[in-house]
Amino acid sequence: MKQFLEGSRVVAEIVKLCKPGVISAYPITPQTHIVEELAKMVADGELVSQFINVESEHSAASVVLGAVATGVRVFTATSSQGLLLMGEVIFNISGMRMPVVLTCANRAISAPINIWNDQQDSMALRDSGWIQIYAENNQEAADFHLIAYRIAEDKSVMLPVMVCMDGFILTHGMEAIDMPEQGQVDKFLPPYNPLYKLDPAEPISMGLLADPGYYMETRYAIQETLEQTLKLIPKVAGEFSSVFGRDYKDCLVEEYKTKDAEKVIVAMGSVCGTVKEVVDGLREKGKKVGLLKIITFRPFPYTRVFEALKNIPKVAVLEKAVSLGAYAPLAVELRACFFNKKKSPKVISSFVAGLGGRDITEQSIKEIFKKLNTKEIALEFIDLKPELIKDEYGE
Amino acid sequence: MENRPLFKSGHTACAGCGQAIAARLVIEAAGENTIIANNTGCLEVFTTGFPESAWGVPWIHSLFENAAAVASGVEAALKYLGKKDTVNVIAQAGDGGTADIGLQALSGMLERGHDVLYVCYDNEAYENTGIQRSGLTPYGANTTTSPPGTVSIGNIHPKKPMIDIVLAHGIPYVATSSAGFPRDIQRKVKKAISIKGPKYIQIHVPCPLGWRHESGKTLDVAKLAVETGLYPLVEYENGVLVSKRQIVPKPVEEYLKVQGRFKHILKNPEELKKVQEIANNNIEKYGLKVQTQ
Repeated sequence: MKQFLEGSRVVAEIVKLCKPGVISAYPITPQTHIVEELAKMVADGELVSQFINVESEHSAASVVLGAVATGVRVFTATSSQGLLLMGEVIFNISGMRMPVVLTCANRAISAPINIWNDQQDSMALRDSGWIQIYAENNQEAADFHLIAYRIAEDKSVMLPVMVCMDGFILTHGMEAIDMPEQGQVDKFLPPYNPLYKLDPAEPISMGLLADPGYYMETRYAIQETLEQTLKLIPKVAGEFSSVFGRDYKDCLVEEYKTKDAEKVIVAMGSVCGTVKEVVDGLREKGKKVGLLKIITFRPFPYTRVFEALKNIPKVAVLEKAVSLGAYAPLAVELRACFFNKKKSPKVISSFVAGLGGRDITEQSIKEIFKKLNTKEIALEFIDLKPELIKDEYGE
Repeated sequence: MENRPLFKSGHTACAGCGQAIAARLVIEAAGENTIIANNTGCLEVFTTGFPESAWGVPWIHSLFENAAAVASGVEAALKYLGKKDTVNVIAQAGDGGTADIGLQALSGMLERGHDVLYVCYDNEAYENTGIQRSGLTPYGANTTTSPPGTVSIGNIHPKKPMIDIVLAHGIPYVATSSAGFPRDIQRKVKKAISIKGPKYIQIHVPCPLGWRHESGKTLDVAKLAVETGLYPLVEYENGVLVSKRQIVPKPVEEYLKVQGRFKHILKNPEELKKVQEIANNNIEKYGLKVQTQ
């Protein structure tokens, strides 16, 4: 049934349908509406769940860790500084192979403090062993949470999933959503059946000390699992399509008008909607342009990206994150993907835009297509204000 | 299931470790229907070096500061599953994991009213990392980060008043105990788990390595701390002092002289007097002195 809802409400409604037994969260803009909606559902008895208000994100992540270890499906959501404060627990959750699902309402990182959207927060946690999926719109945000629980709790995976949705743009944006029925969700997502749990009937120890004789294999195992997950995600997306009727293909990438394209922008999240608009406009004028949307950023779908772009002459990576002191993180993956390959784009240029909530307009994207010529751009910030970067304190 | 050991031998604690003695007493008093969340620290390291575990009950370790939050999650999950009435949850940590880095998570757990027993094994320093000062290191103690020197007498701060801090949360049960008094530990643990809501027990556990005492004297050292008034054994129910171990106070020197960490204090009459004052204040505050007719 189509409903016109705010993105945060959409996530809350979907999480409700997934029936988590324990929810724990600490408020941070722009994640708040998600957990407020869930708190109200619990207060009204619409959702039977233990809603634990904690004193920090560190404890929110720790509470869901303890609960999922006891054999119960869990949910948490955060953003920006909250995700960074969770950081220690984030690594711990994946290391302990706990299938937590977390919504990251993507927001800039302080300092300077800024509550608006970019993707520096989840990018900072990209090496944590979590699966990361980025939503373009609120329908995807809804659907990806269902896929997230299926992937996380699959016995061949047992790793946490972070569903990333752009703060404000999606969390506070209204959209008409095809909301699934409980019966469909129950069919797609069976109750959580843990491999191991804390149970006095079968006592086990979790979180042991691994010395140099054991530690490395635990990391290897996560790496192996994540590589295997690249095969599972398309399978689960296929099942999703058969139950709900929405087809995300392999759910790793989306190819938009790339088949004969000469110039392609690679991007993640809500900006892909704007890129599609620009692509449509330029196509009408006969320009051969397209978009490659990265849906699954971790594990990174190198093979899939290679196949999608190997015949494209010019590629621009557009991202809302930086790796200060180095090339931008998504661009690094694209360049690694084609390093030493016979077939490869001639140019992979890198553009950073939209940091701290600065709008990425159609004009910004047209400019990127324009700048995408024979000379590769190592890294360029788009839409900088010259009046703010003049050398006021120089000699 | 019957008679299974809940805390098995073969772990790698130092000889004479007071924490190992107390931890075994705690879990044996709590019984097999217990889940433990353990902070990082000596107890976690010496009981669970992969692939071995000393624990005969379900046990989880996540990080240094979050056992109280992990235990909150375990308790919430048990409530959701309708099993909370049949399973005890214990969060346990050392003094650094409790009074310093884990204080916020502990406060959150107490304030939210989780049905969890929190046990702090107080060996008065970060012994696991090599005897560094914590918020529960006593006045004057020599640790590797509070060494006495030409212009310092060692640790210049008194112990953080953890009992007052947890009492201020209005929780139903708060007690101190000591490795030197095994029956006291077990009685208090049994009492605590019979009460619903958050409970806090802080157990004084000598560390032969860090305190520099003979490893065969652990229980004697622990008893002397109580008998001098430096570590009062008290018990509060709903904020009311319901029991205290009364003593015929011994001079603090008797406790200090059996340990290397206070050697420099014994040579300094002025500082020795200050330590005696700490004991005297405890004796007065809790009314520890045996009343004679």
